[in-house]
Amino acid sequence: MSDIATDNGGWPLFEVFIRSKQGLSHVHAGSLHAADAKMAIENARDVYTRRNEGTSIWVVPSEAISASAPEDKGALFDPADSKIYRHPTFYTVPDDVECL
Amino acid sequence: MVHEAGSSDEMRERFDAWVAAENKVEPQDWMPEGYRKTLVRQISQHAHSEIIGMQPEGNWITRAPSLRRKAILLAKVQDEAGHGLYLYSAAETLNVSRDQMEADLMSGKAKYSSIFNYPTLTWADVGAIGWLVDGAAIVNQIPLCRCSYGPYARAMIRVCKEESFHQRQGFELMMALSQGTAEQKAMAQDALNRWWWPAVQMFGPPDNDSPHSAQNMAWKIKRFSNDDLRQKFIDMTVKQAQALDLEIPDPDLKYNEETGHWEIGEIDWDEFWAVVKGHGPASRQRMANKRNAHADGAWVREAAVAFAQKERARAQKAAA
Repeated sequence: MSDIATDNGGWPLFEVFIRSKQGLSHVHAGSLHAADAKMAIENARDVYTRRNEGTSIWVVPSEAISASAPEDKGALFDPADSKIYRHPTFYTVPDDVECL
Repeated sequence: MVHEAGSSDEMRERFDAWVAAENKVEPQDWMPEGYRKTLVRQISQHAHSEIIGMQPEGNWITRAPSLRRKAILLAKVQDEAGHGLYLYSAAETLNVSRDQMEADLMSGKAKYSSIFNYPTLTWADVGAIGWLVDGAAIVNQIPLCRCSYGPYARAMIRVCKEESFHQRQGFELMMALSQGTAEQKAMAQDALNRWWWPAVQMFGPPDNDSPHSAQNMAWKIKRFSNDDLRQKFIDMTVKQAQALDLEIPDPDLKYNEETGHWEIGEIDWDEFWAVVKGHGPASRQRMANKRNAHADGAWVREAAVAFAQKERARAQKAAA
């Protein structure tokens, strides 16, 4: 896996995830190039957290990310459209019964 | 979104409809080659502008008149570097490598905003750049936050958020000078005299001489025409100049009661095109600095690679 620079190529690409506040999850902020993961964290600090945006940084080699294919969008996500009974608003209950 | 199915005409039609309905395009989606090429050109040009744009202001960091101004200027120039990096990342999602973009900048094949080919002769120029150049950039960039290409739009949202301090610090600097001694006020006026027309030219050629505008508007890469954006900038800046008690260097400037807009005299497009073609007062210096910085930094990049490999080998040996 190319999460480290090689002699002949450029620096690998890392995806950067930032936790903005303790208690919240890390969210994708962008990407950057670095010679290795340690440098990626140092650079992410300068590029993505100049204004108190973060309390924690994750960096992941972009190559390590597997993504669903755009053409599979329908097959993957359309079936959920017809399953409206998965939402609480599907059910009719009397107004005067509490805690439902 | 549009994926690969059917003839290229059909895909093109579906793409146009998708974009016309205000949907976003993401990196993995199918897109016409012209759309991709336009974005690569525009985003990389924008990134190069941020990077080269560090030079005119960086010129004054060591000579800032107070620690407060120095800290502000350092933060601003660091922001420009950051903005360049967000934009390079956005362009890379379109299958163009960072190395290629850098090479195109240094060979002169890729352009950057011609405004950065003007020299910063006095401290007031730092104020004029923040007020006028960043002011114009914001007018240009706010509509780009709604660009149809997702990664570009997201990068622009970040850039715009950070850029508003750039414009305000520039205005504040100009205000300090214009309310200062007679010499300081003259310095501010001189800076406005030199930066006004290049700032007005930042919006690009007039609409009747902007051949790709219509297609870019249809693709929702561009939201307003060059002339509309320029007018917006003029209306807002004339009022700000009045607040500074400085005079816009245009004898033909007048207010049109009917339209409610300020009208300016003729723009010197010959100068604009000469600067675009690399004949600006500081063009050669900017390019030479960029090439030298790249060459001088080679050993740092090589050392970083060697160190990363050594650390990796050490960790593997320890694990074995």
